[in-house]
Amino acid sequence: MTDSVFPSPAAGDSTRSDRWKPNRSLSKLSQRSVVILFGAFAMVSVATTIGIISTLLFETIEFFLEVSPLHFFTATRWTALFANPSFGVIVLLCGTFLTSFIGLLLAIPLGLLAAVCLSEYAPRNLRAVLKPALELLAGIPTVVFGYFALLMVTPFLQNIVPGLSVFNSLSAGIVLGFAILPTIASLSEDAIFAVPQSLRQGCYALGATKRETVTGVVLPAALSGIVSSIILGVARAVGETMIVTLAAGQSPTLTLDPRVSVQTMTSFIVQVTKGDAPYGSIEFKTLFAVGMTLFVITLLLNILSFWFVRKFQEKYE
Amino acid sequence: MQSEQASPTAVAGLERVFKVENTSYYYGSNMAVRGVNLEIPGNKITAFIGPSGCGKSTVLRCFNRLNDLIPSAHIKGRITYHGVDLYSKAVDPTELRRRIGMVFQKPNPFPKSIYDNVAFGARINGYQGDMDELVEKSLRSSALWDEVKDKLKESGLSLSGGQQQRLCIARAIAVEPEVILMDEPCSALDPISTLKIEDLMQQLKENYTIIIVTHNMQQASRVSDRTAFYNAEPTESGGKVGYLVEYDETQVIFSNPKETYTRDYVSGRFG
Ligand SMILES: Nc1ncnc2c1ncn2[C@@H]1O[C@H](COP(=O)(O)OP(=O)(O)O)[C@@H](O)[C@H]1O
Ligand SMILES: [Mg+2]
Repeated sequence: MTDSVFPSPAAGDSTRSDRWKPNRSLSKLSQRSVVILFGAFAMVSVATTIGIISTLLFETIEFFLEVSPLHFFTATRWTALFANPSFGVIVLLCGTFLTSFIGLLLAIPLGLLAAVCLSEYAPRNLRAVLKPALELLAGIPTVVFGYFALLMVTPFLQNIVPGLSVFNSLSAGIVLGFAILPTIASLSEDAIFAVPQSLRQGCYALGATKRETVTGVVLPAALSGIVSSIILGVARAVGETMIVTLAAGQSPTLTLDPRVSVQTMTSFIVQVTKGDAPYGSIEFKTLFAVGMTLFVITLLLNILSFWFVRKFQEKYE
Repeated sequence: MQSEQASPTAVAGLERVFKVENTSYYYGSNMAVRGVNLEIPGNKITAFIGPSGCGKSTVLRCFNRLNDLIPSAHIKGRITYHGVDLYSKAVDPTELRRRIGMVFQKPNPFPKSIYDNVAFGARINGYQGDMDELVEKSLRSSALWDEVKDKLKESGLSLSGGQQQRLCIARAIAVEPEVILMDEPCSALDPISTLKIEDLMQQLKENYTIIIVTHNMQQASRVSDRTAFYNAEPTESGGKVGYLVEYDETQVIFSNPKETYTRDYVSGRFG
Protein backbone atom coordinates (compact mmCIF):
# COMPACT_ATOMS: atom_id res chain seq x y z
CA MET A 1 0.00 0.00 0.00
CA THR A 2 2.03 2.97 -1.24
CA ASP A 3 -0.14 6.05 -0.90
CA SER A 4 2.82 8.33 -0.29
CA VAL A 5 2.82 11.62 -2.13
CA PHE A 6 6.59 11.56 -2.39
CA PRO A 7 8.21 10.01 -5.43
CA SER A 8 9.70 6.59 -4.84
CA PRO A 9 13.48 6.52 -4.57
CA ALA A 10 15.73 5.96 -7.51
CA ALA A 11 15.73 2.54 -9.15
CA GLY A 12 17.82 -0.04 -7.42
CA ASP A 13 16.79 1.45 -4.12
CA SER A 14 13.21 0.29 -4.48
CA THR A 15 13.56 -2.41 -1.84
CA ARG A 16 13.93 0.29 0.75
CA SER A 17 10.36 1.58 0.65
CA ASP A 18 9.16 -1.99 1.23
CA ARG A 19 10.67 -1.85 4.68
CA TRP A 20 8.50 1.09 5.83
CA LYS A 21 4.83 0.17 6.05
CA PRO A 22 3.13 1.89 8.98
CA ASN A 23 0.13 -0.08 10.19
CA ARG A 24 -2.20 2.86 10.61
CA SER A 25 -5.16 1.97 8.41
CA LEU A 26 -7.59 2.39 11.31
CA SER A 27 -5.85 5.30 12.93
CA LYS A 28 -7.83 8.11 11.29
CA LEU A 29 -11.08 6.53 12.42
CA SER A 30 -9.95 5.84 15.99
CA GLN A 31 -8.48 9.31 16.19
CA ARG A 32 -11.85 10.81 15.33
CA SER A 33 -13.84 8.63 17.72
CA VAL A 34 -11.48 9.46 20.57
CA VAL A 35 -11.96 13.16 19.92
CA ILE A 36 -15.74 12.77 19.91
CA LEU A 37 -15.78 10.61 23.05
CA PHE A 38 -13.56 12.89 25.09
CA GLY A 39 -15.33 15.94 23.72
CA ALA A 40 -18.57 14.49 25.08
CA PHE A 41 -17.04 14.03 28.53
CA ALA A 42 -15.81 17.59 28.46
CA MET A 43 -19.27 18.79 27.47
CA VAL A 44 -20.83 17.05 30.48
CA SER A 45 -18.83 19.17 32.91
CA VAL A 46 -19.49 22.34 30.96
CA ALA A 47 -23.21 21.55 30.86
CA THR A 48 -23.30 20.82 34.61
CA THR A 49 -21.64 24.13 35.38
CA ILE A 50 -24.04 26.03 33.15
CA GLY A 51 -26.96 24.17 34.75
CA ILE A 52 -25.89 25.05 38.27
CA ILE A 53 -25.19 28.68 37.51
CA SER A 54 -28.47 29.18 35.66
CA THR A 55 -30.48 27.56 38.48
CA LEU A 56 -28.71 29.78 41.00
CA LEU A 57 -29.32 32.81 38.86
CA PHE A 58 -32.96 31.97 38.20
CA GLU A 59 -33.87 31.36 41.84
CA THR A 60 -31.86 34.39 42.95
CA ILE A 61 -33.86 36.58 40.59
CA GLU A 62 -37.04 35.07 42.02
CA PHE A 63 -35.77 35.95 45.47
CA PHE A 64 -35.06 39.54 44.55
CA LEU A 65 -38.56 39.88 43.14
CA GLU A 66 -39.78 39.43 46.72
CA VAL A 67 -36.99 41.04 48.73
CA SER A 68 -35.36 44.27 47.59
CA PRO A 69 -31.59 44.06 47.03
CA LEU A 70 -31.25 47.20 49.13
CA HIS A 71 -32.80 45.41 52.08
CA PHE A 72 -30.71 42.28 51.42
CA PHE A 73 -27.42 44.16 51.48
CA THR A 74 -28.13 46.81 54.13
CA ALA A 75 -30.44 45.33 56.77
CA THR A 76 -28.66 44.35 59.95
CA ARG A 77 -30.84 41.45 61.07
CA TRP A 78 -31.06 37.98 59.59
CA THR A 79 -34.28 36.25 60.60
CA ALA A 80 -35.05 34.45 57.37
CA LEU A 81 -36.79 31.51 58.98
CA PHE A 82 -39.08 33.50 61.28
CA ALA A 83 -42.61 34.70 60.78
CA ASN A 84 -41.69 38.31 60.13
CA PRO A 85 -38.42 37.78 58.28
CA SER A 86 -35.57 40.19 57.79
CA PHE A 87 -32.87 39.39 55.23
CA GLY A 88 -29.74 41.28 56.18
CA VAL A 89 -27.09 39.11 54.54
CA ILE A 90 -24.46 41.31 56.23
CA VAL A 91 -25.05 39.22 59.35
CA LEU A 92 -24.09 35.98 57.61
CA LEU A 93 -21.22 37.68 55.78
CA CYS A 94 -19.98 38.90 59.13
CA GLY A 95 -20.05 35.36 60.56
CA THR A 96 -18.17 34.03 57.54
CA PHE A 97 -15.71 36.88 57.74
CA LEU A 98 -15.05 36.36 61.45
CA THR A 99 -14.40 32.61 61.31
CA SER A 100 -12.36 32.91 58.10
CA PHE A 101 -10.34 35.79 59.48
CA ILE A 102 -9.39 33.88 62.63
CA GLY A 103 -8.58 30.80 60.59
CA LEU A 104 -6.45 32.67 58.07
CA LEU A 105 -4.67 34.60 60.80
CA LEU A 106 -3.41 31.22 61.91
CA ALA A 107 -3.10 29.36 58.62
CA ILE A 108 -1.26 31.93 56.51
CA PRO A 109 1.77 32.58 58.74
CA LEU A 110 2.05 28.99 59.95
CA GLY A 111 1.49 27.60 56.46
CA LEU A 112 4.15 29.82 54.92
CA LEU A 113 6.59 29.09 57.71
CA ALA A 114 6.02 25.37 57.26
CA ALA A 115 6.50 25.71 53.51
CA VAL A 116 9.79 27.60 53.87
CA CYS A 117 11.13 25.23 56.50
CA LEU A 118 10.16 22.18 54.52
CA SER A 119 11.65 23.25 51.21
CA GLU A 120 14.65 25.28 52.33
CA TYR A 121 15.73 24.03 55.72
CA ALA A 122 14.57 20.46 56.22
CA PRO A 123 16.95 17.72 55.07
CA ARG A 124 15.81 16.00 51.88
CA ASN A 125 14.79 12.76 53.56
CA LEU A 126 12.77 14.55 56.25
CA ARG A 127 10.95 16.44 53.51
CA ALA A 128 10.22 13.16 51.77
CA VAL A 129 8.31 12.06 54.89
CA LEU A 130 6.70 15.34 55.96
CA LYS A 131 5.37 16.43 52.59
CA PRO A 132 3.10 13.39 52.08
CA ALA A 133 2.06 13.63 55.76
CA LEU A 134 1.00 17.22 55.17
CA GLU A 135 -0.99 16.24 52.11
CA LEU A 136 -2.63 13.47 54.10
CA LEU A 137 -3.68 16.03 56.68
CA ALA A 138 -5.36 18.00 53.90
CA GLY A 139 -7.45 14.93 53.16
CA ILE A 140 -9.04 14.57 56.61
CA PRO A 141 -12.81 15.08 56.28
CA THR A 142 -13.74 18.44 57.76
CA VAL A 143 -16.55 16.93 59.79
CA VAL A 144 -13.83 15.33 61.89
CA PHE A 145 -12.28 18.72 62.41
CA GLY A 146 -15.71 20.07 63.33
CA TYR A 147 -16.31 17.54 66.10
CA PHE A 148 -12.74 18.05 67.26
CA ALA A 149 -13.45 21.77 67.58
CA LEU A 150 -16.71 21.28 69.43
CA LEU A 151 -15.67 18.48 71.77
CA MET A 152 -11.98 19.18 72.41
CA VAL A 153 -10.96 22.71 71.50
CA THR A 154 -13.96 24.58 72.89
CA PRO A 155 -13.86 22.90 76.35
CA PHE A 156 -10.12 23.55 76.48
CA LEU A 157 -10.51 27.19 75.45
CA GLN A 158 -13.28 27.69 78.01
CA ASN A 159 -10.63 27.27 80.69
CA ILE A 160 -8.63 30.14 79.25
CA VAL A 161 -11.11 32.55 77.68
CA PRO A 162 -13.74 33.86 80.10
CA GLY A 163 -17.29 33.99 78.79
CA LEU A 164 -16.71 31.59 75.90
CA SER A 165 -19.97 30.01 74.91
CA VAL A 166 -20.35 26.43 73.72
CA PHE A 167 -20.74 27.59 70.13
CA ASN A 168 -18.27 30.29 69.23
CA SER A 169 -16.30 31.59 66.27
CA LEU A 170 -12.96 31.46 68.08
CA SER A 171 -12.82 27.70 68.33
CA ALA A 172 -14.33 27.27 64.87
CA GLY A 173 -11.80 29.73 63.42
CA ILE A 174 -8.80 28.09 65.05
CA VAL A 175 -9.73 24.62 63.87
CA LEU A 176 -10.66 26.00 60.46
CA GLY A 177 -7.14 27.42 60.34
CA PHE A 178 -5.63 24.01 60.97
CA ALA A 179 -7.88 22.49 58.34
CA ILE A 180 -6.69 24.86 55.59
CA LEU A 181 -3.09 25.09 56.78
CA PRO A 182 -1.96 21.99 54.83
CA THR A 183 -3.43 23.41 51.63
CA ILE A 184 -1.51 26.66 51.98
CA ALA A 185 1.66 24.95 53.18
CA SER A 186 1.67 22.27 50.54
CA LEU A 187 0.94 24.54 47.58
CA SER A 188 3.39 27.23 48.71
CA GLU A 189 6.00 24.56 49.26
CA ASP A 190 5.51 23.39 45.67
CA ALA A 191 6.03 26.94 44.47
CA ILE A 192 9.13 27.49 46.61
CA PHE A 193 10.62 24.14 45.74
CA ALA A 194 10.14 24.86 42.04
CA VAL A 195 12.38 27.93 42.15
CA PRO A 196 15.36 26.93 40.00
CA GLN A 197 18.49 25.92 41.89
CA SER A 198 20.50 28.18 39.60
CA LEU A 199 18.83 31.25 41.17
CA ARG A 200 19.84 30.18 44.65
CA GLN A 201 23.40 29.54 43.50
CA GLY A 202 23.53 32.93 41.78
CA CYS A 203 22.50 34.53 45.04
CA TYR A 204 24.99 32.62 47.21
CA ALA A 205 27.71 33.50 44.70
CA LEU A 206 27.15 37.18 45.51
CA GLY A 207 27.99 36.55 49.14
CA ALA A 208 24.44 36.14 50.43
CA THR A 209 23.64 34.14 53.53
CA LYS A 210 20.95 31.48 53.53
CA ARG A 211 18.40 33.83 55.07
CA GLU A 212 19.16 36.55 52.53
CA THR A 213 18.83 34.04 49.72
CA VAL A 214 15.46 32.82 50.97
CA THR A 215 13.94 36.23 51.64
CA GLY A 216 15.68 38.13 48.84
CA VAL A 217 15.45 35.74 45.92
CA VAL A 218 13.58 32.50 46.58
CA LEU A 219 10.39 33.94 48.09
CA PRO A 220 10.04 36.76 45.51
CA ALA A 221 10.58 34.18 42.76
CA ALA A 222 7.83 31.99 44.21
CA LEU A 223 5.50 34.92 44.92
CA SER A 224 2.82 34.15 42.37
CA GLY A 225 2.52 30.56 43.57
CA ILE A 226 2.46 31.62 47.21
CA VAL A 227 -0.21 34.25 46.66
CA SER A 228 -2.41 31.88 44.71
CA SER A 229 -2.08 29.30 47.48
CA ILE A 230 -3.23 31.95 49.96
CA ILE A 231 -6.16 32.94 47.78
CA LEU A 232 -7.14 29.31 47.52
CA GLY A 233 -6.90 29.11 51.31
CA VAL A 234 -9.22 32.13 51.61
CA ALA A 235 -11.68 30.53 49.23
CA ARG A 236 -11.61 27.30 51.24
CA ALA A 237 -12.15 29.20 54.50
CA VAL A 238 -15.11 31.09 53.07
CA GLY A 239 -16.68 27.97 51.62
CA GLU A 240 -15.89 25.67 54.58
CA THR A 241 -19.11 24.24 55.99
CA MET A 242 -18.91 21.44 58.54
CA ILE A 243 -16.45 23.00 60.97
CA VAL A 244 -18.32 26.27 61.27
CA THR A 245 -21.71 24.59 61.38
CA LEU A 246 -20.68 22.31 64.21
CA ALA A 247 -18.49 24.67 66.21
CA ALA A 248 -19.82 28.17 65.60
CA GLY A 249 -23.49 27.34 65.90
CA GLN A 250 -26.59 28.61 64.19
CA SER A 251 -27.32 32.01 65.70
CA PRO A 252 -27.16 34.79 63.14
CA THR A 253 -25.51 37.58 65.12
CA LEU A 254 -23.95 40.75 63.80
CA THR A 255 -20.86 40.79 65.97
CA LEU A 256 -17.10 40.70 65.87
CA ASP A 257 -16.92 39.11 69.32
CA PRO A 258 -15.22 35.74 68.79
CA ARG A 259 -16.65 34.29 72.01
CA VAL A 260 -20.26 34.05 70.93
CA SER A 261 -22.12 31.96 68.43
CA VAL A 262 -22.47 33.21 64.86
CA GLN A 263 -23.93 31.83 61.68
CA THR A 264 -22.00 31.77 58.43
CA MET A 265 -23.47 31.67 54.94
CA THR A 266 -22.61 28.00 54.66
CA SER A 267 -24.11 27.00 58.00
CA PHE A 268 -27.31 28.85 57.10
CA ILE A 269 -27.53 26.76 53.95
CA VAL A 270 -27.05 23.60 56.03
CA GLN A 271 -29.76 24.72 58.44
CA VAL A 272 -32.31 25.32 55.70
CA THR A 273 -31.58 22.13 53.80
CA LYS A 274 -31.82 20.11 57.02
CA GLY A 275 -35.40 21.26 57.54
CA ASP A 276 -37.81 20.94 54.63
CA ALA A 277 -38.17 24.17 52.79
CA PRO A 278 -41.09 23.73 50.37
CA TYR A 279 -40.26 24.36 46.73
CA GLY A 280 -41.02 27.94 45.80
CA SER A 281 -41.24 29.23 49.36
CA ILE A 282 -39.23 32.25 50.44
CA GLU A 283 -36.91 30.05 52.57
CA PHE A 284 -36.21 28.01 49.49
CA LYS A 285 -35.34 31.08 47.47
CA THR A 286 -33.21 32.50 50.28
CA LEU A 287 -31.07 29.43 49.97
CA PHE A 288 -30.20 30.34 46.42
CA ALA A 289 -29.64 34.01 47.16
CA VAL A 290 -27.13 33.09 49.87
CA GLY A 291 -25.60 30.41 47.65
CA MET A 292 -25.24 32.98 44.88
CA THR A 293 -23.48 35.40 47.24
CA LEU A 294 -21.08 32.66 48.24
CA PHE A 295 -20.53 31.70 44.62
CA VAL A 296 -19.77 35.28 43.58
CA ILE A 297 -17.25 35.70 46.40
CA THR A 298 -15.39 32.49 45.52
CA LEU A 299 -15.52 33.34 41.83
CA LEU A 300 -13.99 36.75 42.50
CA LEU A 301 -11.24 35.13 44.55
CA ASN A 302 -10.51 32.72 41.73
CA ILE A 303 -10.38 35.53 39.20
CA LEU A 304 -8.05 37.45 41.50
CA SER A 305 -5.78 34.44 41.80
CA PHE A 306 -5.81 33.85 38.05
CA TRP A 307 -5.00 37.49 37.36
CA PHE A 308 -2.22 37.50 39.93
CA VAL A 309 -0.53 34.41 38.54
CA ARG A 310 -0.75 35.80 35.01
CA LYS A 311 0.72 39.12 36.06
CA PHE A 312 3.49 37.98 38.35
CA GLN A 313 4.48 34.55 37.18
CA GLU A 314 8.12 34.55 36.15
CA LYS A 315 9.09 32.60 33.09
CA TYR A 316 12.15 30.45 33.54
CA GLU A 317 13.50 28.13 30.93
CA MET B 1 48.39 4.46 30.73
CA GLN B 2 49.28 6.61 33.66
CA SER B 3 50.20 10.11 32.63
CA GLU B 4 52.73 12.11 34.57
CA GLN B 5 51.35 14.16 37.42
CA ALA B 6 51.39 17.75 36.19
CA SER B 7 54.07 19.56 38.11
CA PRO B 8 53.06 22.54 40.20
CA THR B 9 52.97 25.16 37.56
CA ALA B 10 54.22 28.39 38.99
CA VAL B 11 53.42 31.73 37.48
CA ALA B 12 56.84 33.29 37.62
CA GLY B 13 56.97 37.05 37.68
CA LEU B 14 53.23 37.55 38.10
CA GLU B 15 51.15 38.25 41.17
CA ARG B 16 49.84 34.92 42.40
CA VAL B 17 46.16 35.04 43.40
CA PHE B 18 45.35 31.39 43.95
CA LYS B 19 47.63 28.49 44.63
CA VAL B 20 46.13 25.01 44.37
CA GLU B 21 48.26 22.36 46.02
CA ASN B 22 47.68 18.68 45.51
CA THR B 23 43.90 19.12 45.69
CA SER B 24 41.40 16.33 45.21
CA TYR B 25 37.64 16.74 45.34
CA TYR B 26 35.04 14.20 46.38
CA TYR B 27 31.29 13.91 45.95
CA GLY B 28 30.43 11.51 48.73
CA SER B 29 32.98 8.75 48.34
CA ASN B 30 33.45 9.38 44.61
CA MET B 31 36.63 11.19 43.74
CA ALA B 32 35.77 13.68 40.98
CA VAL B 33 39.22 15.25 40.48
CA ARG B 34 42.55 14.19 41.85
CA GLY B 35 45.83 15.86 42.67
CA VAL B 36 45.47 19.25 41.03
CA ASN B 37 48.42 21.63 41.33
CA LEU B 38 48.27 25.05 39.74
CA GLU B 39 48.63 28.75 40.35
CA ILE B 40 46.35 31.47 39.04
CA PRO B 41 48.01 34.78 38.13
CA GLY B 42 46.38 38.13 38.87
CA ASN B 43 44.82 40.32 36.15
CA LYS B 44 45.04 37.55 33.60
CA ILE B 45 42.49 35.27 32.02
CA THR B 46 43.03 31.63 32.82
CA ALA B 47 41.02 29.09 30.82
CA PHE B 48 40.09 25.58 31.93
CA ILE B 49 39.49 23.25 29.00
CA GLY B 50 38.90 19.53 28.68
CA PRO B 51 36.23 16.98 27.83
CA SER B 52 33.01 17.22 29.83
CA GLY B 53 32.92 15.49 33.18
CA CYS B 54 36.62 15.94 33.83
CA GLY B 55 36.07 18.25 36.79
CA LYS B 56 36.57 21.75 35.38
CA SER B 57 33.46 23.12 37.09
CA THR B 58 34.32 21.26 40.26
CA VAL B 59 37.73 22.91 40.50
CA LEU B 60 36.25 26.31 39.58
CA ARG B 61 33.66 26.05 42.34
CA CYS B 62 36.38 25.33 44.87
CA PHE B 63 37.64 28.88 44.47
CA ASN B 64 34.44 30.43 45.87
CA ARG B 65 33.49 27.39 47.93
CA LEU B 66 30.18 27.11 46.13
CA ASN B 67 30.44 23.34 46.37
CA ASP B 68 30.01 23.74 50.13
CA LEU B 69 26.29 23.80 49.38
CA ILE B 70 26.40 20.13 48.42
CA PRO B 71 26.27 18.33 51.77
CA SER B 72 28.36 15.28 50.89
CA ALA B 73 31.06 17.13 48.92
CA HIS B 74 34.48 17.67 50.44
CA ILE B 75 37.99 18.66 49.53
CA LYS B 76 41.41 17.20 50.25
CA GLY B 77 44.45 19.32 49.72
CA ARG B 78 45.03 23.02 49.99
CA ILE B 79 43.91 26.07 48.08
CA THR B 80 45.28 29.43 49.15
CA TYR B 81 44.02 32.86 48.16
CA HIS B 82 46.76 35.45 48.62
CA GLY B 83 48.38 32.97 50.95
CA VAL B 84 45.28 32.37 53.10
CA ASP B 85 43.95 28.83 53.24
CA LEU B 86 40.47 29.06 51.68
CA TYR B 87 39.13 26.10 53.60
CA SER B 88 40.42 27.08 57.03
CA LYS B 89 37.95 27.65 59.85
CA ALA B 90 38.71 31.37 59.95
CA VAL B 91 37.35 31.93 56.43
CA ASP B 92 33.71 32.95 56.14
CA PRO B 93 32.48 31.60 52.79
CA THR B 94 29.95 34.41 52.59
CA GLU B 95 32.64 37.06 52.75
CA LEU B 96 34.83 35.05 50.39
CA ARG B 97 32.07 34.90 47.79
CA ARG B 98 31.74 38.67 47.77
CA ARG B 99 35.41 38.89 46.80
CA ILE B 100 35.21 36.10 44.25
CA GLY B 101 32.29 36.60 41.88
CA MET B 102 30.80 34.01 39.59
CA VAL B 103 28.97 33.90 36.27
CA PHE B 104 27.11 30.72 35.41
CA GLN B 105 26.56 28.60 32.35
CA LYS B 106 22.97 29.65 31.85
CA PRO B 107 22.12 33.29 32.53
CA ASN B 108 20.31 33.35 35.89
CA PRO B 109 19.08 36.90 36.53
CA PHE B 110 16.87 37.27 39.59
CA PRO B 111 13.16 37.87 39.03
CA LYS B 112 13.66 41.53 39.87
CA SER B 113 14.10 44.74 37.92
CA ILE B 114 17.33 45.30 36.03
CA TYR B 115 18.30 47.90 38.62
CA ASP B 116 17.58 45.62 41.56
CA ASN B 117 19.44 42.75 39.96
CA VAL B 118 22.58 44.86 40.08
CA ALA B 119 21.87 46.52 43.42
CA PHE B 120 20.86 43.33 45.27
CA GLY B 121 24.36 42.07 46.03
CA ALA B 122 25.52 45.52 47.06
CA ARG B 123 22.57 45.93 49.42
CA ILE B 124 23.03 42.64 51.24
CA ASN B 125 26.74 43.25 51.58
CA GLY B 126 26.14 46.63 53.20
CA TYR B 127 27.40 48.91 50.42
CA GLN B 128 27.70 52.42 51.82
CA GLY B 129 28.14 54.49 48.65
CA ASP B 130 25.67 55.91 46.15
CA MET B 131 23.59 53.06 44.75
CA ASP B 132 22.54 54.74 41.49
CA GLU B 133 26.16 55.45 40.73
CA LEU B 134 27.20 51.87 41.47
CA VAL B 135 24.45 50.44 39.28
CA GLU B 136 25.38 52.70 36.39
CA LYS B 137 29.09 51.97 36.77
CA SER B 138 28.53 48.21 36.87
CA LEU B 139 26.22 48.25 33.88
CA ARG B 140 28.73 50.38 31.96
CA SER B 141 31.57 47.99 32.77
CA SER B 142 29.51 45.09 31.53
CA ALA B 143 28.75 46.97 28.30
CA LEU B 144 25.02 46.89 28.95
CA TRP B 145 24.28 50.44 30.07
CA ASP B 146 23.38 51.90 26.67
CA GLU B 147 20.93 49.08 26.01
CA VAL B 148 19.10 49.26 29.32
CA LYS B 149 19.48 52.80 30.67
CA ASP B 150 15.91 53.70 29.72
CA LYS B 151 14.33 50.59 31.21
CA LEU B 152 16.05 49.99 34.51
CA LYS B 153 12.68 49.29 36.13
CA GLU B 154 11.85 46.45 33.76
CA SER B 155 12.36 42.84 34.76
CA GLY B 156 15.80 41.36 34.19
CA LEU B 157 14.04 38.39 32.62
CA SER B 158 12.74 40.59 29.80
CA LEU B 159 16.23 40.89 28.30
CA SER B 160 17.69 38.64 25.59
CA GLY B 161 19.98 35.77 26.58
CA GLY B 162 23.16 37.69 25.81
CA GLN B 163 21.92 40.76 27.66
CA GLN B 164 20.91 38.60 30.62
CA GLN B 165 24.41 37.17 30.79
CA ARG B 166 25.91 40.67 30.73
CA LEU B 167 23.43 41.62 33.47
CA CYS B 168 24.78 38.69 35.49
CA ILE B 169 28.29 40.01 34.90
CA ALA B 170 27.18 43.47 36.04
CA ARG B 171 25.62 41.90 39.12
CA ALA B 172 28.91 40.14 39.89
CA ILE B 173 30.96 43.30 39.31
CA ALA B 174 28.69 45.40 41.50
CA VAL B 175 30.01 43.83 44.70
CA GLU B 176 33.54 44.81 43.66
CA PRO B 177 35.14 41.38 43.60
CA GLU B 178 38.76 40.73 42.81
CA VAL B 179 38.22 37.54 40.87
CA ILE B 180 35.45 36.56 38.46
CA LEU B 181 34.83 32.87 37.87
CA MET B 182 33.00 32.04 34.65
CA ASP B 183 31.59 28.59 34.03
CA GLU B 184 30.99 28.24 30.29
CA PRO B 185 29.45 31.73 30.21
CA CYS B 186 28.78 31.67 26.47
CA SER B 187 27.54 28.14 25.95
CA ALA B 188 23.90 29.25 25.93
CA LEU B 189 24.53 32.29 23.72
CA ASP B 190 24.58 33.02 20.00
CA PRO B 191 27.90 33.89 18.28
CA ILE B 192 27.34 37.64 18.34
CA SER B 193 26.54 37.75 22.06
CA THR B 194 29.53 35.46 22.61
CA LEU B 195 31.84 37.92 20.86
CA LYS B 196 30.47 40.75 23.00
CA ILE B 197 31.22 38.81 26.16
CA GLU B 198 34.70 37.93 24.93
CA ASP B 199 35.44 41.61 24.19
CA LEU B 200 34.11 42.47 27.60
CA MET B 201 36.45 39.96 29.23
CA GLN B 202 39.43 41.68 27.65
CA GLN B 203 38.33 44.97 29.23
CA LEU B 204 37.56 43.38 32.57
CA LYS B 205 40.97 41.80 32.92
CA GLU B 206 42.45 45.27 33.57
CA ASN B 207 40.73 45.20 36.94
CA TYR B 208 39.87 41.60 37.62
CA THR B 209 41.41 38.18 37.63
CA ILE B 210 39.29 35.92 35.46
CA ILE B 211 39.06 32.15 35.38
CA ILE B 212 36.88 30.78 32.60
CA VAL B 213 35.74 27.25 31.95
CA THR B 214 35.01 26.68 28.31
CA HIS B 215 34.47 23.69 26.07
CA ASN B 216 35.13 25.90 23.09
CA MET B 217 38.83 25.67 22.27
CA GLN B 218 38.73 28.60 19.86
CA GLN B 219 37.36 30.66 22.69
CA ALA B 220 40.12 29.56 25.04
CA SER B 221 42.78 30.39 22.49
CA ARG B 222 41.16 33.74 21.64
CA VAL B 223 40.64 35.10 25.12
CA SER B 224 42.94 33.46 27.62
CA ASP B 225 46.50 34.11 28.70
CA ARG B 226 47.02 30.75 30.33
CA THR B 227 45.24 27.47 29.76
CA ALA B 228 44.83 24.42 31.93
CA PHE B 229 43.88 21.21 30.15
CA TYR B 230 42.05 18.59 32.19
CA ASN B 231 41.25 15.06 31.22
CA ALA B 232 39.37 12.18 32.80
CA GLU B 233 40.55 8.63 33.15
CA PRO B 234 38.69 5.51 34.21
CA THR B 235 39.12 4.35 37.78
CA GLU B 236 39.34 0.77 39.01
CA SER B 237 35.85 0.98 40.49
CA GLY B 238 34.37 1.74 37.07
CA GLY B 239 33.88 5.49 37.49
CA LYS B 240 36.14 8.16 36.18
CA VAL B 241 38.28 10.77 37.77
CA GLY B 242 39.51 14.06 36.35
CA TYR B 243 43.05 15.35 36.58
CA LEU B 244 45.07 18.24 35.33
CA VAL B 245 47.11 17.17 32.33
CA GLU B 246 48.96 20.32 31.46
CA TYR B 247 48.96 23.97 32.41
CA ASP B 248 50.90 26.61 30.58
CA GLU B 249 50.77 29.79 28.51
CA THR B 250 47.79 29.48 26.16
CA GLN B 251 50.00 29.85 23.15
CA VAL B 252 52.21 26.96 24.30
CA ILE B 253 49.20 24.71 25.00
CA PHE B 254 47.79 25.32 21.54
CA SER B 255 50.98 25.30 19.49
CA ASN B 256 53.54 23.28 21.34
CA PRO B 257 52.10 21.23 24.21
CA LYS B 258 54.31 18.81 26.09
CA GLU B 259 51.71 16.09 26.54
CA THR B 260 50.35 13.95 23.74
CA TYR B 261 46.86 14.08 25.28
CA THR B 262 46.88 17.86 25.10
CA ARG B 263 48.13 17.82 21.52
CA ASP B 264 45.38 15.37 20.53
CA TYR B 265 42.71 17.35 22.30
CA VAL B 266 43.60 20.81 20.98
CA SER B 267 43.97 19.46 17.49
CA GLY B 268 40.45 18.01 17.78
CA ARG B 269 41.46 14.37 17.69
CA PHE B 270 39.40 13.44 20.72
CA GLY B 271 37.03 14.98 23.22
N1 LIG C 1 26.64 17.76 42.60
C1 LIG C 1 27.31 16.66 42.23
N2 LIG C 1 27.10 15.49 42.90
C2 LIG C 1 27.76 14.38 42.54
N3 LIG C 1 28.65 14.30 41.54
C3 LIG C 1 28.92 15.42 40.85
C4 LIG C 1 28.26 16.67 41.17
N4 LIG C 1 28.72 17.62 40.32
C5 LIG C 1 29.63 17.00 39.52
N5 LIG C 1 29.74 15.69 39.84
C6 LIG C 1 30.62 14.71 39.18
O1 LIG C 1 31.93 15.21 39.18
C7 LIG C 1 32.56 14.98 37.93
C8 LIG C 1 33.09 16.29 37.38
O2 LIG C 1 32.00 17.12 37.05
P1 LIG C 1 32.16 18.61 36.59
O3 LIG C 1 33.08 19.30 37.52
O4 LIG C 1 30.81 19.20 36.44
O5 LIG C 1 32.85 18.43 35.16
P2 LIG C 1 32.98 19.45 33.95
O6 LIG C 1 32.60 20.81 34.42
O7 LIG C 1 34.42 19.35 33.54
O8 LIG C 1 32.10 18.95 32.87
C9 LIG C 1 31.55 14.32 37.03
O9 LIG C 1 31.83 12.95 36.97
C10 LIG C 1 30.23 14.54 37.72
O10 LIG C 1 29.40 13.44 37.55
MG1 LIG D 1 30.98 22.03 33.83
